[in-house]
Amino acid sequence: MAEQQIAKTLLSANQLTCIREERILFDELSFEITAGEIVQIEGPNGSGKTSLLRILAGLSRPYAGDVYYQGEDITRNRDEYNDDLLYLGHLAGVKTELTAEENLNFNLRISGYDEFDTRGILSKVNLAGFEEALAGHLSAGQHRRTALARLWHTNCKIWLLDEPFTAIDKKGVEELEHIFLAHAKRGGCVIMTTHQDMGIIGDDILRKISLEYRFV
Amino acid sequence: MKKGISFRQAFFTLLKRDLQIAIRHKGDIFNPLLFFILVVTLFPLGIGPEPQILSRVAPGIIWVAALLASMLSLERLFKADFVDGSLEQMLLSPQPLPLMVLAKVLAHWILTGVPLILIAPLLAVLLHLDGNSYGALMATLALGTPVLSLLGAIGVALTVGLHKGGVLLSLLILPLYIPVLIFATSAIDAAGLNLPYSGHLAIIGAMLVGSLIMAPFAIGASLRVSTN
Repeated sequence: MAEQQIAKTLLSANQLTCIREERILFDELSFEITAGEIVQIEGPNGSGKTSLLRILAGLSRPYAGDVYYQGEDITRNRDEYNDDLLYLGHLAGVKTELTAEENLNFNLRISGYDEFDTRGILSKVNLAGFEEALAGHLSAGQHRRTALARLWHTNCKIWLLDEPFTAIDKKGVEELEHIFLAHAKRGGCVIMTTHQDMGIIGDDILRKISLEYRFV
Repeated sequence: MKKGISFRQAFFTLLKRDLQIAIRHKGDIFNPLLFFILVVTLFPLGIGPEPQILSRVAPGIIWVAALLASMLSLERLFKADFVDGSLEQMLLSPQPLPLMVLAKVLAHWILTGVPLILIAPLLAVLLHLDGNSYGALMATLALGTPVLSLLGAIGVALTVGLHKGGVLLSLLILPLYIPVLIFATSAIDAAGLNLPYSGHLAIIGAMLVGSLIMAPFAIGASLRVSTN
Protein backbone atom coordinates (compact mmCIF):
# COMPACT_ATOMS: atom_id res chain seq x y z
CA MET A 1 0.00 0.00 0.00
CA ALA A 2 2.71 2.41 1.02
CA GLU A 3 4.70 1.60 -2.08
CA GLN A 4 1.74 2.26 -4.28
CA GLN A 5 1.32 5.68 -2.81
CA ILE A 6 4.95 6.54 -3.32
CA ALA A 7 4.79 5.52 -6.95
CA LYS A 8 1.79 7.74 -7.69
CA THR A 9 2.54 10.18 -10.48
CA LEU A 10 1.52 13.70 -9.55
CA LEU A 11 2.78 15.84 -12.33
CA SER A 12 3.93 14.87 -15.76
CA ALA A 13 5.40 16.97 -18.52
CA ASN A 14 4.90 15.73 -22.02
CA GLN A 15 7.22 16.88 -24.82
CA LEU A 16 7.50 20.45 -23.56
CA THR A 17 9.12 22.95 -25.88
CA CYS A 18 9.78 26.51 -24.86
CA ILE A 19 10.95 29.28 -27.14
CA ARG A 20 11.89 32.68 -25.79
CA GLU A 21 13.28 35.57 -27.80
CA GLU A 22 13.66 33.25 -30.80
CA ARG A 23 15.88 30.94 -28.80
CA ILE A 24 14.90 27.38 -27.99
CA LEU A 25 15.28 27.01 -24.23
CA PHE A 26 14.36 23.33 -24.21
CA ASP A 27 12.56 21.07 -26.59
CA GLU A 28 10.65 17.85 -26.21
CA LEU A 29 11.32 17.76 -22.51
CA SER A 30 9.37 14.99 -20.82
CA PHE A 31 9.45 13.86 -17.22
CA GLU A 32 7.24 12.52 -14.50
CA ILE A 33 7.23 13.59 -10.91
CA THR A 34 5.83 11.21 -8.35
CA ALA A 35 4.55 11.85 -4.87
CA GLY A 36 7.35 12.16 -2.34
CA GLU A 37 9.97 13.53 -4.68
CA ILE A 38 12.10 16.60 -4.21
CA VAL A 39 13.26 17.84 -7.57
CA GLN A 40 15.84 20.46 -8.33
CA ILE A 41 15.82 22.01 -11.77
CA GLU A 42 19.39 23.00 -12.47
CA GLY A 43 21.17 24.78 -15.22
CA PRO A 44 23.08 27.99 -15.91
CA ASN A 45 21.42 31.41 -16.00
CA GLY A 46 19.19 31.78 -19.01
CA SER A 47 18.72 28.06 -19.52
CA GLY A 48 14.98 28.27 -18.90
CA LYS A 49 14.52 27.17 -15.29
CA THR A 50 12.04 29.86 -14.43
CA SER A 51 10.27 29.40 -17.76
CA LEU A 52 9.89 25.70 -17.01
CA LEU A 53 8.47 26.40 -13.55
CA ARG A 54 6.02 28.94 -14.96
CA ILE A 55 4.90 26.42 -17.55
CA LEU A 56 4.43 23.79 -14.86
CA ALA A 57 2.40 26.28 -12.85
CA GLY A 58 0.22 27.06 -15.84
CA LEU A 59 1.24 30.71 -15.92
CA SER A 60 2.93 30.46 -19.31
CA ARG A 61 1.89 28.40 -22.26
CA PRO A 62 4.61 26.19 -23.73
CA TYR A 63 5.31 26.46 -27.45
CA ALA A 64 4.39 22.80 -27.70
CA GLY A 65 3.58 20.04 -25.25
CA ASP A 66 1.32 19.63 -22.25
CA VAL A 67 1.48 19.35 -18.51
CA TYR A 68 -0.71 16.81 -16.76
CA TYR A 69 -1.74 16.80 -13.13
CA GLN A 70 -2.84 13.35 -12.00
CA GLY A 71 -3.47 12.48 -15.62
CA GLU A 72 -5.49 15.58 -16.48
CA ASP A 73 -4.39 18.49 -18.62
CA ILE A 74 -3.82 21.46 -16.30
CA THR A 75 -5.26 23.98 -18.76
CA ARG A 76 -8.55 22.10 -18.78
CA ASN A 77 -8.81 21.65 -15.09
CA ARG A 78 -7.31 24.85 -13.78
CA ASP A 79 -9.35 25.41 -10.62
CA GLU A 80 -8.70 21.93 -9.32
CA TYR A 81 -5.00 22.16 -10.14
CA ASN A 82 -4.67 25.60 -8.52
CA ASP A 83 -6.28 24.17 -5.41
CA ASP A 84 -3.37 21.75 -5.07
CA LEU A 85 -0.61 24.06 -6.23
CA LEU A 86 1.60 26.38 -4.26
CA TYR A 87 3.79 28.50 -6.51
CA LEU A 88 6.29 31.02 -5.22
CA GLY A 89 7.97 32.92 -8.00
CA HIS A 90 11.10 34.98 -7.71
CA LEU A 91 8.76 37.90 -7.14
CA ALA A 92 7.49 37.31 -3.65
CA GLY A 93 3.92 38.56 -4.06
CA VAL A 94 4.21 40.51 -0.82
CA LYS A 95 2.64 43.95 -0.65
CA THR A 96 5.00 46.57 0.75
CA GLU A 97 2.08 48.69 1.98
CA LEU A 98 0.75 45.92 4.22
CA THR A 99 2.22 44.49 7.38
CA ALA A 100 3.72 41.01 7.49
CA GLU A 101 0.65 39.74 9.29
CA GLU A 102 -1.80 41.31 6.85
CA ASN A 103 0.17 39.89 3.94
CA LEU A 104 0.14 36.37 5.30
CA ASN A 105 -3.49 36.65 6.30
CA PHE A 106 -4.43 37.74 2.80
CA ASN A 107 -2.30 35.11 1.07
CA LEU A 108 -3.78 32.30 3.15
CA ARG A 109 -7.36 33.46 2.82
CA ILE A 110 -7.11 33.87 -0.91
CA SER A 111 -5.71 30.32 -1.06
CA GLY A 112 -8.91 29.21 0.65
CA TYR A 113 -7.95 28.73 4.30
CA ASP A 114 -10.18 30.30 6.88
CA GLU A 115 -8.76 29.18 10.20
CA PHE A 116 -5.15 29.82 10.99
CA ASP A 117 -2.92 31.53 13.49
CA THR A 118 -0.87 34.11 11.61
CA ARG A 119 1.27 35.01 14.61
CA GLY A 120 2.16 31.39 15.23
CA ILE A 121 3.12 30.87 11.61
CA LEU A 122 5.16 34.08 11.50
CA SER A 123 7.07 33.04 14.61
CA LYS A 124 8.02 29.83 12.82
CA VAL A 125 9.74 31.83 10.11
CA ASN A 126 11.48 34.01 12.69
CA LEU A 127 9.26 36.99 12.15
CA ALA A 128 7.94 37.12 15.72
CA GLY A 129 7.92 40.76 16.73
CA PHE A 130 7.66 41.95 13.13
CA GLU A 131 3.96 41.18 12.69
CA GLU A 132 3.03 44.85 12.70
CA ALA A 133 5.94 45.99 10.57
CA LEU A 134 5.16 47.08 7.04
CA ALA A 135 6.64 44.60 4.59
CA GLY A 136 8.32 47.53 2.83
CA HIS A 137 10.36 48.19 5.97
CA LEU A 138 11.54 44.60 6.38
CA SER A 139 14.91 43.36 5.18
CA ALA A 140 15.14 41.39 1.94
CA GLY A 141 15.34 38.10 3.82
CA GLN A 142 12.41 38.95 6.07
CA HIS A 143 10.43 40.05 3.04
CA ARG A 144 11.11 36.66 1.48
CA ARG A 145 10.19 34.88 4.70
CA THR A 146 6.83 36.63 4.71
CA ALA A 147 6.11 34.93 1.39
CA LEU A 148 7.62 31.60 2.43
CA ALA A 149 5.49 31.51 5.60
CA ARG A 150 2.70 30.07 3.49
CA LEU A 151 4.63 26.80 3.32
CA TRP A 152 3.93 26.29 7.02
CA HIS A 153 0.20 26.29 6.52
CA THR A 154 -0.81 24.50 3.37
CA ASN A 155 -2.18 21.23 2.19
CA CYS A 156 -1.23 21.74 -1.44
CA LYS A 157 0.53 18.71 -2.86
CA ILE A 158 2.66 20.42 -5.46
CA TRP A 159 5.13 23.06 -4.44
CA LEU A 160 6.80 24.99 -7.23
CA LEU A 161 9.46 27.22 -5.78
CA ASP A 162 11.61 29.55 -7.81
CA GLU A 163 14.85 30.27 -5.93
CA PRO A 164 13.32 29.77 -2.48
CA PHE A 165 16.64 30.30 -0.68
CA THR A 166 17.36 33.77 -2.07
CA ALA A 167 18.30 36.12 0.77
CA ILE A 168 17.61 33.43 3.39
CA ASP A 169 20.28 32.80 6.05
CA LYS A 170 21.91 29.39 6.64
CA LYS A 171 19.64 28.45 9.50
CA GLY A 172 16.61 29.45 7.48
CA VAL A 173 17.76 27.27 4.59
CA GLU A 174 18.02 24.32 6.98
CA GLU A 175 14.52 24.94 8.28
CA LEU A 176 13.23 25.06 4.72
CA GLU A 177 14.97 21.80 3.89
CA HIS A 178 13.32 20.17 6.90
CA ILE A 179 9.91 21.33 5.81
CA PHE A 180 10.56 20.12 2.25
CA LEU A 181 11.43 16.68 3.59
CA ALA A 182 8.35 16.60 5.78
CA HIS A 183 6.22 17.62 2.83
CA ALA A 184 7.71 14.89 0.64
CA LYS A 185 7.06 12.35 3.39
CA ARG A 186 3.40 13.38 3.48
CA GLY A 187 3.10 12.47 -0.18
CA GLY A 188 3.67 15.88 -1.75
CA CYS A 189 6.37 16.92 -4.14
CA VAL A 190 8.69 19.89 -4.26
CA ILE A 191 10.03 21.25 -7.52
CA MET A 192 12.49 24.08 -7.18
CA THR A 193 15.24 25.96 -8.84
CA THR A 194 18.27 26.93 -6.83
CA HIS A 195 21.98 27.37 -7.24
CA GLN A 196 22.62 26.80 -3.58
CA ASP A 197 23.94 23.54 -2.16
CA MET A 198 21.71 21.92 0.37
CA GLY A 199 23.06 20.37 3.55
CA ILE A 200 20.28 18.12 4.75
CA ILE A 201 18.66 17.03 1.51
CA GLY A 202 21.43 14.85 0.14
CA ASP A 203 22.02 13.76 -3.43
CA ASP A 204 20.39 10.40 -2.67
CA ILE A 205 17.04 12.07 -2.03
CA LEU A 206 17.29 14.95 -4.44
CA ARG A 207 16.41 14.35 -8.03
CA LYS A 208 17.85 16.70 -10.59
CA ILE A 209 16.51 17.81 -13.92
CA SER A 210 19.24 19.52 -15.90
CA LEU A 211 18.70 22.17 -18.50
CA GLU A 212 21.52 23.25 -20.75
CA TYR A 213 22.18 26.61 -22.19
CA ARG A 214 21.68 26.47 -25.93
CA PHE A 215 22.84 28.92 -28.51
CA VAL A 216 20.39 28.08 -31.27
CA MET B 1 -6.24 22.90 7.73
CA LYS B 2 -9.42 22.74 5.79
CA LYS B 3 -10.30 25.05 3.01
CA GLY B 4 -13.57 26.79 3.63
CA ILE B 5 -13.58 30.23 2.09
CA SER B 6 -16.75 31.07 0.24
CA PHE B 7 -16.66 33.09 -2.97
CA ARG B 8 -18.21 36.00 -1.11
CA GLN B 9 -15.50 35.94 1.55
CA ALA B 10 -12.77 35.74 -1.07
CA PHE B 11 -14.32 38.69 -2.90
CA PHE B 12 -14.43 40.84 0.22
CA THR B 13 -10.95 39.79 1.32
CA LEU B 14 -9.50 41.12 -1.91
CA LEU B 15 -11.69 44.22 -1.87
CA LYS B 16 -10.63 45.01 1.67
CA ARG B 17 -6.96 44.54 0.86
CA ASP B 18 -7.10 46.87 -2.12
CA LEU B 19 -8.90 49.55 -0.14
CA GLN B 20 -6.42 49.17 2.71
CA ILE B 21 -3.48 49.60 0.36
CA ALA B 22 -5.06 52.66 -1.22
CA ILE B 23 -5.70 54.25 2.17
CA ARG B 24 -2.01 53.90 2.99
CA HIS B 25 -1.14 55.33 -0.40
CA LYS B 26 -3.37 58.37 -0.38
CA GLY B 27 -2.08 59.76 -3.64
CA ASP B 28 -3.98 57.05 -5.45
CA ILE B 29 -7.26 58.54 -4.31
CA PHE B 30 -6.43 62.22 -4.56
CA ASN B 31 -4.57 62.44 -7.86
CA PRO B 32 -7.50 61.61 -10.16
CA LEU B 33 -9.83 63.73 -8.06
CA LEU B 34 -7.45 66.67 -8.14
CA PHE B 35 -7.09 66.29 -11.89
CA PHE B 36 -10.87 66.31 -12.26
CA ILE B 37 -11.25 69.45 -10.16
CA LEU B 38 -8.39 71.26 -11.91
CA VAL B 39 -9.67 70.56 -15.41
CA VAL B 40 -13.18 71.69 -14.57
CA THR B 41 -12.05 74.87 -12.79
CA LEU B 42 -9.71 75.84 -15.60
CA PHE B 43 -12.43 75.87 -18.25
CA PRO B 44 -14.28 79.01 -17.04
CA LEU B 45 -10.93 80.79 -16.98
CA GLY B 46 -10.25 79.71 -20.53
CA ILE B 47 -13.59 80.36 -22.18
CA GLY B 48 -14.90 83.24 -20.11
CA PRO B 49 -17.40 83.46 -17.26
CA GLU B 50 -20.64 84.03 -19.27
CA PRO B 51 -23.29 81.82 -17.63
CA GLN B 52 -25.00 80.95 -20.93
CA ILE B 53 -21.88 79.55 -22.53
CA LEU B 54 -20.81 77.74 -19.40
CA SER B 55 -24.14 76.08 -18.77
CA ARG B 56 -24.20 75.01 -22.43
CA VAL B 57 -20.79 73.29 -22.21
CA ALA B 58 -20.99 72.14 -18.58
CA PRO B 59 -22.22 68.54 -19.19
CA GLY B 60 -19.50 67.95 -21.76
CA ILE B 61 -16.74 69.42 -19.63
CA ILE B 62 -17.69 67.48 -16.53
CA TRP B 63 -18.01 64.22 -18.41
CA VAL B 64 -14.83 64.59 -20.45
CA ALA B 65 -12.92 65.49 -17.30
CA ALA B 66 -14.44 62.50 -15.48
CA LEU B 67 -13.51 60.23 -18.35
CA LEU B 68 -9.91 61.44 -18.47
CA ALA B 69 -9.58 61.27 -14.69
CA SER B 70 -10.80 57.70 -14.74
CA MET B 71 -8.35 56.82 -17.52
CA LEU B 72 -5.50 58.49 -15.69
CA SER B 73 -6.06 56.35 -12.64
CA LEU B 74 -6.54 53.09 -14.52
CA GLU B 75 -2.91 52.12 -14.97
CA ARG B 76 -2.45 51.54 -11.28
CA LEU B 77 -5.20 48.93 -11.27
CA PHE B 78 -2.93 45.96 -12.01
CA LYS B 79 0.53 47.50 -12.36
CA ALA B 80 1.66 47.28 -8.74
CA ASP B 81 0.35 43.73 -8.45
CA PHE B 82 2.16 42.78 -11.64
CA VAL B 83 5.45 44.25 -10.46
CA ASP B 84 5.51 42.58 -7.03
CA GLY B 85 4.16 39.20 -8.10
CA SER B 86 0.75 39.41 -6.39
CA LEU B 87 -0.91 39.19 -9.79
CA GLU B 88 0.65 35.77 -10.41
CA GLN B 89 -0.60 34.63 -7.05
CA MET B 90 -4.08 35.89 -7.89
CA LEU B 91 -4.03 34.00 -11.19
CA LEU B 92 -2.99 30.83 -9.36
CA SER B 93 -5.43 31.11 -6.49
CA PRO B 94 -8.19 28.52 -6.43
CA GLN B 95 -10.80 31.28 -6.47
CA PRO B 96 -12.46 32.03 -9.82
CA LEU B 97 -10.47 34.69 -11.62
CA PRO B 98 -13.44 36.76 -12.89
CA LEU B 99 -14.60 37.15 -9.30
CA MET B 100 -11.18 38.31 -8.13
CA VAL B 101 -10.96 40.72 -11.01
CA LEU B 102 -14.40 42.12 -10.23
CA ALA B 103 -13.32 42.78 -6.65
CA LYS B 104 -10.30 44.70 -7.88
CA VAL B 105 -12.37 46.76 -10.32
CA LEU B 106 -14.94 47.50 -7.63
CA ALA B 107 -12.18 48.70 -5.30
CA HIS B 108 -10.86 50.89 -8.08
CA TRP B 109 -14.30 52.36 -8.70
CA ILE B 110 -14.87 53.05 -5.00
CA LEU B 111 -11.55 54.88 -4.87
CA THR B 112 -11.80 56.86 -8.09
CA GLY B 113 -15.41 56.82 -9.28
CA VAL B 114 -17.26 57.54 -6.05
CA PRO B 115 -15.24 60.63 -5.01
CA LEU B 116 -15.79 61.95 -8.50
CA ILE B 117 -19.54 61.51 -8.25
CA LEU B 118 -19.58 63.19 -4.85
CA ILE B 119 -17.65 66.26 -5.97
CA ALA B 120 -19.44 66.64 -9.32
CA PRO B 121 -22.46 68.69 -8.06
CA LEU B 122 -20.10 71.24 -6.55
CA LEU B 123 -18.24 71.62 -9.83
CA ALA B 124 -21.54 71.81 -11.67
CA VAL B 125 -22.35 74.89 -9.60
CA LEU B 126 -19.11 76.48 -10.76
CA LEU B 127 -20.16 75.84 -14.35
CA HIS B 128 -23.71 77.18 -13.96
CA LEU B 129 -25.22 73.86 -14.85
CA ASP B 130 -28.95 74.13 -15.46
CA GLY B 131 -30.95 73.48 -12.29
CA ASN B 132 -32.94 70.67 -13.87
CA SER B 133 -29.81 68.80 -14.92
CA TYR B 134 -28.39 67.87 -11.51
CA GLY B 135 -30.42 64.69 -11.22
CA ALA B 136 -29.35 63.58 -14.68
CA LEU B 137 -25.69 64.45 -13.97
CA MET B 138 -25.63 62.35 -10.82
CA ALA B 139 -27.53 59.47 -12.41
CA THR B 140 -25.30 59.32 -15.49
CA LEU B 141 -22.14 59.50 -13.39
CA ALA B 142 -23.40 56.81 -11.03
CA LEU B 143 -24.24 54.49 -13.93
CA GLY B 144 -21.43 55.54 -16.25
CA THR B 145 -18.29 55.59 -14.12
CA PRO B 146 -18.49 51.86 -13.25
CA VAL B 147 -18.68 51.20 -17.01
CA LEU B 148 -15.53 53.27 -17.46
CA SER B 149 -13.74 51.26 -14.78
CA LEU B 150 -14.87 47.91 -16.18
CA LEU B 151 -14.05 48.64 -19.81
CA GLY B 152 -10.82 50.37 -18.90
CA ALA B 153 -9.71 47.39 -16.89
CA ILE B 154 -9.75 45.25 -20.04
CA GLY B 155 -7.30 47.64 -21.68
CA VAL B 156 -5.12 47.74 -18.57
CA ALA B 157 -5.09 43.97 -18.35
CA LEU B 158 -3.91 43.76 -21.95
CA THR B 159 -1.14 46.32 -21.52
CA VAL B 160 0.04 45.51 -17.99
CA GLY B 161 3.09 43.61 -19.23
CA LEU B 162 4.31 46.47 -21.41
CA HIS B 163 6.78 48.97 -20.06
CA LYS B 164 5.22 52.03 -21.66
CA GLY B 165 1.64 50.95 -22.18
CA GLY B 166 0.10 54.36 -21.47
CA VAL B 167 -0.41 55.56 -25.05
CA LEU B 168 -1.56 52.18 -26.26
CA LEU B 169 -3.98 52.00 -23.35
CA SER B 170 -5.64 55.29 -24.34
CA LEU B 171 -5.90 54.18 -27.96
CA LEU B 172 -7.44 50.89 -26.92
CA ILE B 173 -10.06 52.14 -24.52
CA LEU B 174 -11.04 55.62 -25.71
CA PRO B 175 -13.22 54.25 -28.52
CA LEU B 176 -15.01 52.10 -25.94
CA TYR B 177 -15.62 55.14 -23.75
CA ILE B 178 -17.21 57.23 -26.48
CA PRO B 179 -20.72 55.67 -26.37
CA VAL B 180 -20.89 56.28 -22.63
CA LEU B 181 -19.85 59.89 -23.16
CA ILE B 182 -22.42 60.48 -25.91
CA PHE B 183 -25.37 59.05 -24.02
CA ALA B 184 -24.40 60.64 -20.72
CA THR B 185 -24.02 64.16 -22.07
CA SER B 186 -27.14 63.94 -24.18
CA ALA B 187 -29.08 62.76 -21.12
CA ILE B 188 -27.91 65.81 -19.21
CA ASP B 189 -28.76 68.09 -22.15
CA ALA B 190 -32.22 66.55 -22.41
CA ALA B 191 -32.78 67.09 -18.69
CA GLY B 192 -31.77 70.74 -19.11
CA LEU B 193 -34.52 71.16 -21.72
CA ASN B 194 -37.03 69.44 -19.43
CA LEU B 195 -37.26 66.49 -21.78
CA PRO B 196 -37.42 62.90 -20.54
CA TYR B 197 -33.99 61.28 -20.33
CA SER B 198 -34.88 57.85 -18.98
CA GLY B 199 -34.12 56.31 -22.39
CA HIS B 200 -30.53 57.53 -22.23
CA LEU B 201 -30.20 56.25 -18.70
CA ALA B 202 -31.60 52.89 -19.75
CA ILE B 203 -28.94 52.57 -22.44
CA ILE B 204 -26.14 53.47 -20.03
CA GLY B 205 -27.68 51.02 -17.57
CA ALA B 206 -27.66 48.33 -20.23
CA MET B 207 -23.98 49.08 -20.91
CA LEU B 208 -23.32 48.74 -17.20
CA VAL B 209 -25.08 45.39 -16.94
CA GLY B 210 -23.43 44.11 -20.10
CA SER B 211 -19.94 45.12 -19.04
CA LEU B 212 -20.53 43.89 -15.49
CA ILE B 213 -21.25 40.44 -16.83
CA MET B 214 -18.74 40.20 -19.64
CA ALA B 215 -15.81 42.41 -18.69
CA PRO B 216 -14.59 40.25 -15.75
CA PHE B 217 -14.11 37.31 -18.11
CA ALA B 218 -12.37 39.48 -20.69
CA ILE B 219 -10.14 41.00 -18.02
CA GLY B 220 -9.25 37.57 -16.65
CA ALA B 221 -8.38 36.23 -20.09
CA SER B 222 -6.33 39.36 -20.86
CA LEU B 223 -4.38 38.99 -17.64
CA ARG B 224 -3.49 35.41 -18.52
CA VAL B 225 -2.22 36.58 -21.90
CA SER B 226 -0.25 39.44 -20.36
CA THR B 227 1.53 37.29 -17.82
CA ASN B 228 2.35 34.56 -20.34
